[in-house]
Amino acid sequence: MKMGAGLKLHLVLFYAFLYVPILVLMALSFNRAGLPTVWTGFSLEWYGKLFTADPIIKAARNTLIVAVISTVLATVIGTALAVGVETRRKSSALDAVLFAPMIIPDIVLAIALLSFYSFLNVTLGLHSIILSHVVFNIAFVVAVVRTRMRNFDHSILEASADLGASEFTTFRRVLLPAIAPGVIAGALLSFTLSVDEFIIAFFTAGPGSSSTTLPMQIYAMIRFGVTPEINAMATIVMLVSFTLVLVAQRADKEVFTR
Amino acid sequence: MRNTLKSVILLAPGLGWLALFMVIPCALIFTYAFFERGVYGGIDYIFTFENFQRAADPLYLGIFLRSAKIAGLATLFAILLAYPAAYAITRAPQRYQTALLIFVILPFWSNYLIRTYAWIVMLNREGLINQSLIGLGVTSEPLPLLYNNFAVIVGLVYNYTPFVVLAIYSSLNRINRETIEASEDLGAPGFTTFRRVILPQTITGVAAGGVFVFVLSIGNFITPDLLGGGRLQMVGNLIYDQFLSARDWPFGAALSMFLIAVMMALLFTQAVLTNRAAGEGRAS
Repeated sequence: MKMGAGLKLHLVLFYAFLYVPILVLMALSFNRAGLPTVWTGFSLEWYGKLFTADPIIKAARNTLIVAVISTVLATVIGTALAVGVETRRKSSALDAVLFAPMIIPDIVLAIALLSFYSFLNVTLGLHSIILSHVVFNIAFVVAVVRTRMRNFDHSILEASADLGASEFTTFRRVLLPAIAPGVIAGALLSFTLSVDEFIIAFFTAGPGSSSTTLPMQIYAMIRFGVTPEINAMATIVMLVSFTLVLVAQRADKEVFTR
Repeated sequence: MRNTLKSVILLAPGLGWLALFMVIPCALIFTYAFFERGVYGGIDYIFTFENFQRAADPLYLGIFLRSAKIAGLATLFAILLAYPAAYAITRAPQRYQTALLIFVILPFWSNYLIRTYAWIVMLNREGLINQSLIGLGVTSEPLPLLYNNFAVIVGLVYNYTPFVVLAIYSSLNRINRETIEASEDLGAPGFTTFRRVILPQTITGVAAGGVFVFVLSIGNFITPDLLGGGRLQMVGNLIYDQFLSARDWPFGAALSMFLIAVMMALLFTQAVLTNRAAGEGRAS
């Protein structure tokens, strides 16, 4: 089938709509003048400023701690959950619970968690952000791994059991290799989500700046005004996200198209 | 017996986590919504309906309606942009389709704050759009494109349209191609084929994408906060304010119940639509 000229034009304009703002932002991060939107010459000055700013380095470190720990927890728990759900009979109530973290407004989950922690008198900090991030990360790992499980021939598991393999051996030698691409993709997506998440972290970080994450730092800078430093930081953060997402897609080719 | 045990070991940690850190916290704010606000911002455990009555006050009702209007317009524009894009992708050569889809979804996975900030850079008085309009002689003065409802809608459409493209693409892909060919062979003009054959078969994709945009837009906090004018733009900002500035948690909790109710009603409608479509698919 072929595409009409009108459709082709629409598609080109649509990609322009998606990418022009990002590309303008990236281009301006190399702009020499402090002016945010007018080009005055190439410079790496803003990147230099970024890597010497203590609050930004500290926020980046906090973000990495949160993202790594919540990703590891969510990947292990979420993979088990996906396998458990797919090997028992279908339940739409269960599906709804697993889908809920993806669709519930961030602000609602954020205030619910803040209320919950303060009800229990939990001291807020990086640990409370991690506990909270695992919630939505589990949902994404489950979704990706379940898709993978559905394309898997379950009779192979029975064959393995019939041949005398233990449950654990069957899991490790048969099931895990088959779903591994989904697990890796799920982990990478969790990591990306956690690195970028702002509202829940903002509400569950507690007072003070000791557990400020990178998105919280970016938010504070944006509220302050448009600066070339934000453009430089935005460029780095976006390139990291894009790389992770493309690697996730390489790992599991069906991760975005099913 | 063995299978039950295995099932429990696999399911318990995940379901336990979601129960502890999602279901219980949501239940907690649900109960908070029925209590009175404490003098110093805490909770007084006295039962009341006042928080819900207050939410019906014309001031707050106005914010609800504005949120619904903005979310509705964002949903409409997202669908109008996404449908032809998704349709164009299904018509592209098969080997390019995955790549085209990945480039639609890629920005969706980058930082939401940054994607929103990019529009501050685009829409401000010295931004690319105003510079271009002045350069082309369309206007001599920069237009006020930022810090208003227009900017909020642009931001929401930008952030959520990729998902709508994906939802519509997957339903377009499931269409029975022969029905399109039959319609064309019988001499139906292109638009009639679209309206009578293609659109009805993809309505579930449109609904799925639309519900997603609407739900995430009406509860949005960042986009109206960064691109909108004024402090209390939408319900999300109002809830934020109750929790972090006004310190009236019960009222904030009642407001968030409203968001949950809207979300559940829409998801239910979407499920009914999808089931009905599936039923019709089987019947034919």
